[in-house]
Amino acid sequence: MTRTVTIEVKQLDRVVIRFAGDSGDGMQLTGDRFTAETASFGNDLSTLPNFPAEIRAPAGTLPGVSSFQLHFADHDILTPGDAPDVLIAMNPAALKANLKDVPRGATVIVDTADFTARNLKRIGYDENPLETGELEAYHVVALNLTGMTVESVKEFGLSRKDASRAKNMYALGLVSWLFQRPVESTITFLETKFAGKPEIRDANIAAFRAGFNFGETAEEFSVRYEVKPAKMASGTYRNISGNLALAYGLVAGAQRAGLPMVLGAYPITPASDVLHELSKLKRFDVTTIQAEDEIAGVGAALGASFAGALGVTTSSGPGISLKSETIGLGVMLELPLVVCDIQRAGPSTGMPTKTEQADLLQVMFGRNGEAPLPVLAAQSPADCFAIAVEATRIAVTYRTPVMVLSDGYLANGSEPWQIPDVETLPVIEPNFTVEPNATGADGKPLYLPYLRDPETLARAWAIPGTPGLDHRIGGLEKEDKTGNISYDPANHDLMIRTRQAKVDGIARSIEPLHVDDPGGAAKVLVLGWGSTYGPIGAGVRRVRAVGGKVAQAHLRHLNPFPANLGDVLRSYDKVLVPEMNLGQLAMLLRSKYLIDVVSYAQVRGMPLGAAELAEVIGNLVEETEGIDDDARQLGAAAAQLTHWDHQEQTEGAR
Amino acid sequence: MSTVDLGLPAGLRGVPVAEAPQNRKEYVSDQEVRWCPGCGDYAVLAAFQGFLPELGIKRENVAMVSGIGCSSRFPYYLSTYGMHSIHGRAPAIATGLAVARPDLSVWVVTGDGDALSIGGNHLIHTLRRNVNLKILLFNNRIYGLTKGQYSPTSEPGKVTKSTPMGSVDTPFNPVSLALGAEATFVARTVDSDRKHLTSVLKAAAEHRGTSFVEIYQNCPIFNDNAFDAFKNPETRDDAIIPLRHGEPIRFGADGRLGVVRDGFASLAVREVADLPGGESDLVVHDAHTDDPAYAFALSRLTDAGVLHQAPIGIFRQVERPAYDDLVRQQITTAREAQGPGNLQSLITGTDTWTVES
Repeated sequence: MTRTVTIEVKQLDRVVIRFAGDSGDGMQLTGDRFTAETASFGNDLSTLPNFPAEIRAPAGTLPGVSSFQLHFADHDILTPGDAPDVLIAMNPAALKANLKDVPRGATVIVDTADFTARNLKRIGYDENPLETGELEAYHVVALNLTGMTVESVKEFGLSRKDASRAKNMYALGLVSWLFQRPVESTITFLETKFAGKPEIRDANIAAFRAGFNFGETAEEFSVRYEVKPAKMASGTYRNISGNLALAYGLVAGAQRAGLPMVLGAYPITPASDVLHELSKLKRFDVTTIQAEDEIAGVGAALGASFAGALGVTTSSGPGISLKSETIGLGVMLELPLVVCDIQRAGPSTGMPTKTEQADLLQVMFGRNGEAPLPVLAAQSPADCFAIAVEATRIAVTYRTPVMVLSDGYLANGSEPWQIPDVETLPVIEPNFTVEPNATGADGKPLYLPYLRDPETLARAWAIPGTPGLDHRIGGLEKEDKTGNISYDPANHDLMIRTRQAKVDGIARSIEPLHVDDPGGAAKVLVLGWGSTYGPIGAGVRRVRAVGGKVAQAHLRHLNPFPANLGDVLRSYDKVLVPEMNLGQLAMLLRSKYLIDVVSYAQVRGMPLGAAELAEVIGNLVEETEGIDDDARQLGAAAAQLTHWDHQEQTEGAR
Repeated sequence: MSTVDLGLPAGLRGVPVAEAPQNRKEYVSDQEVRWCPGCGDYAVLAAFQGFLPELGIKRENVAMVSGIGCSSRFPYYLSTYGMHSIHGRAPAIATGLAVARPDLSVWVVTGDGDALSIGGNHLIHTLRRNVNLKILLFNNRIYGLTKGQYSPTSEPGKVTKSTPMGSVDTPFNPVSLALGAEATFVARTVDSDRKHLTSVLKAAAEHRGTSFVEIYQNCPIFNDNAFDAFKNPETRDDAIIPLRHGEPIRFGADGRLGVVRDGFASLAVREVADLPGGESDLVVHDAHTDDPAYAFALSRLTDAGVLHQAPIGIFRQVERPAYDDLVRQQITTAREAQGPGNLQSLITGTDTWTVES
């Protein structure tokens, strides 16, 4: 077949695309492959996988819909995008579940194979929406993708069921054509993944190519799109998800400390991938123990730290609850321990596959007694690497459990990462005590396990096997310096204050908080933590694009806070704190600095949207400038900015 | 580097040997022992301090981990490395310690509440994994440190502060439980019999894998004389069913009693005089029997209520690869196959692109 119309190539600066289908349709894999193609092409990108907790919910139902959204651009972007420009719906349920997010004018590619009366009725459509005209506001491309897939792979002799399984690759091929993606990496990927099943391998590759060629030869598409590579800082890049970056960061931290790592973990969504990744890295002297429960996971990690290894445990909120007592023991023993909380929507079992950042107060305070520990939070998928290295530095240097906060959005989302030179990572010094560090009353050399470094207040750490330094430690209150059991009132007060001072003193070793305030004239500061970094940044850019003045800062250290935080907060008229909880950071800031920050709290199990934040920020900027409620325009203007250009261009245009 | 004696028994393989003979005093810490007067723990501590030097390993390579309870104060009184951890979790913590350090002799000290109630899960999973560590379960059949509530081994009907009308719980038989959890070394001994206690501790130390030792231990304050049958010269001959590998199980005054097979997979105690074949009808104890059903049947000869009779000795001692050895072997295999990891190449991966300046 030859084409009778010429294909126009349309330049776009950014595109948001969403793949949606049944949980068993391979939408996550399809999204991952499109992401890899896009990354290798050199676009900046950000992804949002969204799937149900059920592994295979009943086929064709709304609860069974799984989706993967990808935002890619020719400039630096911060979020996976609020709304898709292109939706690929592999069945009626996927169309129905996702259409509400799709703005009018967007392209909707639909596989019509499952649009039977029975399937439609099952999800509440009385009539076929492809025929009623209710989709006329969209650019609908209705194709029998399944049928064409089966046709394209018939030479391999697969059953119809097996043949139709390749429909995700057919769709991927089509969309790869539409956006001019490089296809080699996907073909290599399929060759490797199905190396042991030649007929499946060949069918998937054939379907992928057929989808690509269909775009080329069919007349459904008169336009192809081009999104040029982004201008990024020079260097070598890869695409990386938060959980993978976290796993690599933990290994990097252990290697830079020269310590073997022992991970004790129990499978839990969305943290399990960290266990999976680390279990592949045994050659780095990484031991992974899949423990009998969450408590045993952290227990094995703490036992390994006592042994002189880097103990690590990874979990999500419900697991952190179970680990609390052991983490408290770690605070008392003053041993290194890295605890990673990949937060998910709670309380209780909550929504396991949905994101949230509502464990902040739990990890800050969720232990009996005064049990302070450092808390860090990654701000983007790639930042999970740097945060894990930093957590290791603090844990080993200060002999303390450290809490690392990530969340479901960071864990599964991905972005390009400029790969660091490992030699530039900090060297972490365990400084084991190998000789007596004091002299006893009898004049003999003595080891005092709770003798402290005067600068860091870190205790002297001797590990089993060190001659002459044998000692006993435990959860009972210890006497200063000797570590012997003590019930002395003054000693208890001293030890409580010393443990607190040790954690507070970590602030001296961290960078001051950087504030992005171009021009320096902003009266409003937007302060966030964790995965809201992207949406807040995007919202701030939009407000600036329509002329608003606003400053932005983001906390990666939540305990202790950077030393200059109080000064930063006091230098703005208003401080807005957006969070995916009911205002937990806002509560901490109010209590510590007596500043009445403005909390913006949304707890929907989804990342905050750039448009909603732009509106909130814009309104606060105008309120602070004394503009009346009904005269405010900035927020609405910023929120409606859909195809705003990147910062330099916008500023150039004004 | 310390010398590693390849002649050490399997359980201690990898632990450096002491350069000079050691004595009991070297293992006594400077901490004042604070158990109640008459507590059975004193006897176990003394036996343990006396037995450790016999192992011939370096003192600094012994690590004790305990949970919470009276017995869990044990590590404080030994001049070895030690951790007094939290309630029930000692086996989990010791697992991490043992996995990380093949050069340590790791011991867990626990009680009937710590190991069988709050820590039951960690106990069974440590046993099934067969981590190379030694568990000493001090069973006094009562909660001592919390001042006298019934425990998971207390006899039914036990009247305590929390059960004024008597406990309605069915107790655990710790040996049966351990056998059900796939334990490879299971033994029982008594606090007051130092010679037997020491021999069991030695066998436990030499076993590679998890050794589980239940020690009948008297609490003179809250459950005095719970094990009187095994200590009173008038009753003990009939109370103790002695397990000696390779010998017929015969006991009682003048050897009048013995253990015989009784129906499907069960054992029973009979008067030897009533047996048609006399001693030849008795079961010859074989701790190496692969099928745990035999050791389990032995364990069921323990009284469930007030104790009048129970087997004492090593029920089961079989070989199975230890978890920590297997875990370390995988690391060795990975390093041999792939070489030691290169961090830069790991984080770089295979799918990269370069942006030129």
